[in-house]
Amino acid sequence: MTIIFKKTEGLTDKNFSYCPGCTHGVIHRLVAEVLEELHILDRSIAIASVGCSVFSYEYFNTDALQAAHGRAPAVATGVKRLHPEKIVFTYQGDGDLASIGAAEIVHAANRNENITVIFVNNAIYGMTGGQMAPTTLLDQVTTTTPTGKDALTMGYPLKMSEMLATIEHVAYIERVMTADIKSIRQTKKAIRNAFEAQINNEGFSMVEVLSSCNVGWKMSPVEALTFIKENMQPVFPLGVYKERKHGTSN
Amino acid sequence: MSKILMKGNEAIAQAAIHAGCEAFFGYPITPQNELIEHMAKHMPRHGRVFVQAESEVAAINMVYGAAGAGGLVMTSSSSPGIALKQEGISYCAGAELGCVIVAISRSGPGLGGILPGQADYHQAVKGGGNGDYRVIVLAPNSVQEAADMVQQAFVLAQKYRNPVMVLADGVIGQMMEPVEISKTPIEILPKEWAANGNHQQRQHRNIINSLYLNPNELEAHNRKLMEKYKTIAANETQVELINVDHAEIGIIAYGTSSRISLAAIDIAKSQGLDVGLIRLKTLWPFPYKEILEATKHMKFVLVAELSMGQLVQDVKGVLNNIVKVGYYGRAGGNIFQPEELMEAIQTQMKEPEHDYYI
Repeated sequence: MTIIFKKTEGLTDKNFSYCPGCTHGVIHRLVAEVLEELHILDRSIAIASVGCSVFSYEYFNTDALQAAHGRAPAVATGVKRLHPEKIVFTYQGDGDLASIGAAEIVHAANRNENITVIFVNNAIYGMTGGQMAPTTLLDQVTTTTPTGKDALTMGYPLKMSEMLATIEHVAYIERVMTADIKSIRQTKKAIRNAFEAQINNEGFSMVEVLSSCNVGWKMSPVEALTFIKENMQPVFPLGVYKERKHGTSN
Repeated sequence: MSKILMKGNEAIAQAAIHAGCEAFFGYPITPQNELIEHMAKHMPRHGRVFVQAESEVAAINMVYGAAGAGGLVMTSSSSPGIALKQEGISYCAGAELGCVIVAISRSGPGLGGILPGQADYHQAVKGGGNGDYRVIVLAPNSVQEAADMVQQAFVLAQKYRNPVMVLADGVIGQMMEPVEISKTPIEILPKEWAANGNHQQRQHRNIINSLYLNPNELEAHNRKLMEKYKTIAANETQVELINVDHAEIGIIAYGTSSRISLAAIDIAKSQGLDVGLIRLKTLWPFPYKEILEATKHMKFVLVAELSMGQLVQDVKGVLNNIVKVGYYGRAGGNIFQPEELMEAIQTQMKEPEHDYYI
């Protein structure tokens, strides 16, 4: 019998703790597949963050460190500087990366740390029950913006990819989404580019993935995917914000 | 090898390099700047890692990462900066990561002042991070001892997989004294637990983590940590006893205060008064047995510290209703003279000051 498909070696057999309909699982699988396909699974170290993906250290089939809230890029810096030959990546949500960890991500990028950041943006704090994030859209209702997010007192959705792309020497930044088959395939390409950048010592790479939180958004999974396309995408335009020096690979 | 004249901060840095410190993560703050500047200059020359972090918070988390990946790692700061590191120290303790934290303390609270102080006793010993954990705290009282203790700190950090703090006040950090720094690197222990990316060779994954959602698992972890702390307390408590055998009066002090206390003891002697010194070299583990034993024949003990009374609370916890305990302290960066201690002994022997419950 010929095996035509099997689960990637990049994931453990542990069941995901994610809600049904959430696309964290898809993104985990894409990251794991890329680690396997690029033959770096045997030398990768994952940095888990705080939020829905707090248990990602149980899913990625590599050594891992669980970081304090927002501090994953600092932890990754410590690991990578000690072991520059290893592949070090963080997996962070938008509360973790864009709010409490805003300083750590900016300065890891500014030092052009040769690490890869997988930034999952679902415009909400999922783990704690659906509170406002810096990435929450204007007028979006969350448990801490019961009448909708107001720019005047709560700020605009923070555009991390655009912000970090202003740093001259960062290697690669792309924003993608997981809303349909096509965009998921593009997400995988972006993740592959990010890890290739690290393998080639090009420096800091980040993939921002617009992701769904159907439970936090109080929608069906299908409505949530539509929300990514129709509501998030116009605010967070997809695309390559920092092109790799020698171009991206497909 | 001959002694050379060095500033405390530089001696600490150099001692760490000789001990085998592989990575240093720091952030500027007075009065420890010479330490990170020395590291910036010399760590890369030795092929070691130096990163000036964006904050003390980031620095301690870089320590967490590099220690979790199996390195001999250090950071340094001063009072408000150490406050910022407390989160990371708690995580290091929870994940059982050995690391060295050098605290060159100034005065507070808040921004306080940049002159030396010992008002961070509670911060160092009781910790500002969350949860049941202990940090080994070494308290040098000379540049030589600061250099020796930072090397010892690496040994203890590695042996017990626990954060170790070297708490030196700004006087120790800033003053120059002759020092001879050991050039022998510490023995590196195997770190089969480290998340260093060698999961393929060892056939299993290593996870550095302090998260336990199952209450029974967490309680088991808490009990395991407590057993470790008991072992540390049994084996690593350090205290220096000077002239305590027959003295009816004792001074209890650490760091710079203990140096001044020595001068006070000499003055006392010239006045026909027999005063002993109990000098704490470890603040945690706290040498309560040694304090009990050394003071059992004493009539009065004065706790001398450059704070408004922190160590005195722990001393009273040990000696309450056994020996009369007084306190004398200065704050704000002011340092007491030996004569002030003598005067405090004379007046407080009759009526001790300080309310234990404040």
